[in-house]
Amino acid sequence: MGNNKYIRQAQYLRPKIIIMSGYGLNCEEETKFAFESAGGMADIVHINDLIAKPKMLFKYQILVFPGGFSYGDDTGSGKAYANKFKNHLAEELREFLSGRTLAIGICNGFQIMTNLSILPGALTYNKNGKYIDRWVDLATSLQGSGESRKVFKSPWLKGIKKISLPIAHGEGHYVIDKKEYRKMKTNKDIAFVYTKGEICKFQNLEKNPNGSDYDIAGVLAYNGRVLGLMPHPERAMFSHQSPLWYKNKKIPKDGKGLQIFKNAINYFRK
Amino acid sequence: MISRIYISPKGIDTRGKLCIKSFTELGLSEKVGDVHIIESYLVEYKFSSDKFLKVAQALTNPILEKFSINSIPKLLNFNYIIEIGFKPGVTDNVGHTTEETICDLFHLKNKSDIAVFTSKVFLISGSINLNDAEKIASSLHNPLIERSYIVSWKDLKKQKGLPSKIPGVVLKKTTPVINVSLQVPDEELIKIGKEGIMDETGVRRGPLALDLSSMKVIKEYFEKLKRNPTDIEIESLAQTWSEHCKHTIFANPIDDTKDGLYKTYIKGATNLIRKQKGKKDFCVSVFSDNAGGIIFDKDYLITHKVETHNSPSALDPFGGAITGIVGVNRDTIGFGLGAKPVANAYGFCFGYPDDKRKLFKNKDKNGNLSQQMLSPKRIMEGVIKGINVGGNCSGIPTLNGFVKYDDRYRGKPLVFAGTVGLIPRKTGDRFLHEKKAKVGDYIVVVGGRVGLDGVHGATFSSVALDSNSPATAVQIGDPITQKKLSDAIVKEARDMNLYNSITDNGAGGISCSVAEMAKECGGAKVLLEKVPLKYLGLRPWEIWISESQERMTLAVPPSKWKIFKNLMESRGVEATVIGDFTNSGKCIVQYKGKKIMDVGMEFLHNGLPKQHLISAPYKITTPEPLLNKEGENFFTRDLENLLAQKNISGFSFISEQYDHEVQASSVLKPLSGSGLINTDSQVFRPVLSSNKGVVLSSALYPSYGNINTYDMAACAIDTVVRNTVASGGSLSHLAILDNFCWCSSYDQRRLAQLVDAVKACYDLAVGYGTPFISGKDSMFNDFRGYDEKGNPVSISIPPTLLISSIGVMKNLNKTVSPEFKNSGDIIYLLGETKDELGGGEYFKLFKYVGNSVPQVDINKNLKTYRALEQAIEQELLASSLSITSGGLGIALAKATVGGMLGCNISVRSMPGAPKSADVKLFSESQGRILVSVAPKNRVPFEKIMKKISYAKIGRVMKSGKVVVLDGKNKIINTDVKKLYSIYHKFSNSQK
Repeated sequence: MGNNKYIRQAQYLRPKIIIMSGYGLNCEEETKFAFESAGGMADIVHINDLIAKPKMLFKYQILVFPGGFSYGDDTGSGKAYANKFKNHLAEELREFLSGRTLAIGICNGFQIMTNLSILPGALTYNKNGKYIDRWVDLATSLQGSGESRKVFKSPWLKGIKKISLPIAHGEGHYVIDKKEYRKMKTNKDIAFVYTKGEICKFQNLEKNPNGSDYDIAGVLAYNGRVLGLMPHPERAMFSHQSPLWYKNKKIPKDGKGLQIFKNAINYFRK
Repeated sequence: MISRIYISPKGIDTRGKLCIKSFTELGLSEKVGDVHIIESYLVEYKFSSDKFLKVAQALTNPILEKFSINSIPKLLNFNYIIEIGFKPGVTDNVGHTTEETICDLFHLKNKSDIAVFTSKVFLISGSINLNDAEKIASSLHNPLIERSYIVSWKDLKKQKGLPSKIPGVVLKKTTPVINVSLQVPDEELIKIGKEGIMDETGVRRGPLALDLSSMKVIKEYFEKLKRNPTDIEIESLAQTWSEHCKHTIFANPIDDTKDGLYKTYIKGATNLIRKQKGKKDFCVSVFSDNAGGIIFDKDYLITHKVETHNSPSALDPFGGAITGIVGVNRDTIGFGLGAKPVANAYGFCFGYPDDKRKLFKNKDKNGNLSQQMLSPKRIMEGVIKGINVGGNCSGIPTLNGFVKYDDRYRGKPLVFAGTVGLIPRKTGDRFLHEKKAKVGDYIVVVGGRVGLDGVHGATFSSVALDSNSPATAVQIGDPITQKKLSDAIVKEARDMNLYNSITDNGAGGISCSVAEMAKECGGAKVLLEKVPLKYLGLRPWEIWISESQERMTLAVPPSKWKIFKNLMESRGVEATVIGDFTNSGKCIVQYKGKKIMDVGMEFLHNGLPKQHLISAPYKITTPEPLLNKEGENFFTRDLENLLAQKNISGFSFISEQYDHEVQASSVLKPLSGSGLINTDSQVFRPVLSSNKGVVLSSALYPSYGNINTYDMAACAIDTVVRNTVASGGSLSHLAILDNFCWCSSYDQRRLAQLVDAVKACYDLAVGYGTPFISGKDSMFNDFRGYDEKGNPVSISIPPTLLISSIGVMKNLNKTVSPEFKNSGDIIYLLGETKDELGGGEYFKLFKYVGNSVPQVDINKNLKTYRALEQAIEQELLASSLSITSGGLGIALAKATVGGMLGCNISVRSMPGAPKSADVKLFSESQGRILVSVAPKNRVPFEKIMKKISYAKIGRVMKSGKVVVLDGKNKIINTDVKKLYSIYHKFSNSQK
């Protein structure tokens, strides 16, 4: 399957998205809705169906590990699902990522991706030991460093400088060692950092609720084509989902999170 | 082979650090140096040991963790080790996942080649002694379900590590089925009914909750058949006839109400409302199924069901609560042909968490107390965590919820769990809310396996909690097993049309679910040995009535069985045929070729003798207190004290740990505004492509019941209606649910209180046109035991009625949130304020009950609510807050804290003409809403309100000062920052 067809076929009006499901993943439906609202065509595929027909993966341009609670976080979040994926689909995953493809892991999906070692670092218990559901403010690069003026390297992040999204997790503390971190910084592989923005100011909240190293909320790999993040952009696809909505209901109906999905679709329309 | 893998954290051990914090409460913070927590996996396996390294690697994330095999990693100079693991047979979810990982890793077909038992190992350094270690261990585990093992560093070295004994279940070999002679004196019949059938060993099996008249009917039935009943037959009848399943108190005739309370007043109200609504009737499936279903739009129905799980939560708060929430999720999956859970609700009634008084269930002849009950604090923490894990793991947003505290819940807490479901109205020509098992369909059980967990759960919850309460009644839910099952059913099998009927296995296990579905076709035949078991040695009657979780029963036509089975297998769900549905008119059970149960369907379902209940008048006279507040001008301290009450202040520590954004449906969240106040109703979007919203709310006033249960019930219904309309819901598309939690229900005065409450339910439901669509009762919430000194104690909960509501709103964009928005907005009070402090929070502050309990004026309130609905429809409101406990004063405090804005209020003239300032501020008169309106909307708003009683009372202020004037007197003078910190103080202390 080396140079399969789809690598050469660069342009898609409606790129196809595969959203993984099964064993306790649970955000697949709203993630599908978000991708389809952005113009894609998404299928929800149970991991066992993909294991039965691994080549099915190559019909798709975007691979999604959605949020959820795969295996109830037993043995550590994302670990058991990643083990299963690795056991059966390691080769296909490698090949998929070598093409002109995109992949995203949201929340539990991010945890799965780090356990699959396709994204750097790892995620562990929140600093207060508790599950937490709230909104956070994110910046796409370290604020004040001047980097924000540079061109965004990842197709996922085009046009996004700051964004507010909700988080809901018990193991969202991103862990990375210093050396790795420096490397990531140089490579611009840090997608999002927690920052003090409009939500934190509005609700008097601390910026980094889980204690993530270097305030990291999302990371990149594969030259920006693979994104993992703890916050949920699909839970910010309608403006009414934002805590700020009641202050001003006259804003556009689309939420800001939708931009991330639109970016992915537009990448294939170029 | 047996080996142990230890996984320990690299770097900072977050959980260990938090543990140290919790030891402070034990008074050991000085003595404890450091704590590390290691995950232990005790693995029994049949593959070669050189493969074992791979298992350890698979369980380790090398960035976060390191592993060691068979030797405890020496992370610090600890002096004690405490291991906490499950008792044999208790659900070990992590163990199951590990088994799956290992099977998958080596592509093992046979799961029985491997068994994994997990535990947590706490390494503790410092200067603690054995006594301290025991104290710590008891704070870390619940002996009912968990085991602890304490060993010092020295002894550990001597014995070379922790013991590697497998905590498997070993059951003694016993006779599978015994015949029970009922040709015995009445005293023995009473004993069998109360304490259970006598085993061969002379031990009673646990409560059947069958009274003498029931036992006599059973005796007569088998006399006619000229044989003795088997144990399974009696157990089965006990389950089906239990209060938990048959709701005898609501079904039986009472006084001159021949058809019973339920039929006359609850169902009676719904029937009348549906008739009155005619073509606008939105009820589709009410009272007949596992949940109630109403129309959402032309394509979907929306369902709701609220359950209680009180008795199990008293014994094992975590297990009880998680089983409660995943259990009610299953009621949703078992609605019609399967609804998808789209929202969870919860409600907790606890003793005060700072109450340190001890309670014991048992005292032996020598006066030694045993079976200490868990403290209110531990119950609270365990229950909160149970709903957390159950709801979060299942991917269902937890939206609606409340916590109430009262001394009388310290013997038995109340734990409510509710689930809203979404189901398409039709696929093809088939209505999905209809189901019918057909003759010849296979009886199929899907999901978890059966163990001893939950044996006698249904009969146990039908009696008071005392020393005879069985330990096996406790279960731990496994949300992931259920999630797999739920997805496979409601997202795939249902729409492939693979089965004819489905129901949940809850109380009474398959004995109840099979008997229930057999009604649809007229009989069933079960081969009990086919039921998949967790471990060997279960007796047939145990298999039949076990309440092991995460199971559903389906009727699958033989022609579709293969496709169904393959689908389930590919989704990791076990499905087994255990018999077939018949039209024999009988429920027949066989075990290994022998018929062990043969009971007529008619007797099984309708044989329970009716009992005529009699109530006796009761009179509660709690005098109206004289607080001597007349002439007093300063109520700021009262307001602040009131806001600090746990029944009023915020509980963001709960709301924040429950995922309320999953499914991307949130519109009005559990926490709102800049100051994060808890909302009284929540709005969500169950169908992402539709603009329609669903509004949920709930209310209860147990303290009003101290005066009058009629008003208690009436106010609860008025409150959910008001909460709903206040956030943008509609009166014309609103349904309600009842959950009665009563106490000592054979006491005739308690029955009279019940009759009063039920009558209010009828009056208010009919008055507002809000039909009941589902309900549940739990009638024996009493604790009997001993206090610390060995004195007998009996604590009954206050009669408690929870009313929950579900409404549909046309346009979710019109939702209004409760907090003030902009300075300069005009503040109005809608509705009349009367001298109604009785049973309220303000009197409670001074330890009074009083007498002037709020009364509901349906006609006046209806006008107010209609006007409010109209104003919201025209988008004239900036904020809208339903006034409940603590009255106008607390409403102002919440609205200001929510908006982090101040207000300038004058209460000199209020509709209803209240006289004294304390009444104006704290009366809990129903039918009132606090709203704010932008100045530009003043004219159209006031035009709508012309028809009702209302008053313009002030303005929203930027300054943050919260000032209330009564004439010239400044009766409240505080500021929003102070109120904010008071409102969140208790909650923040729990984070």
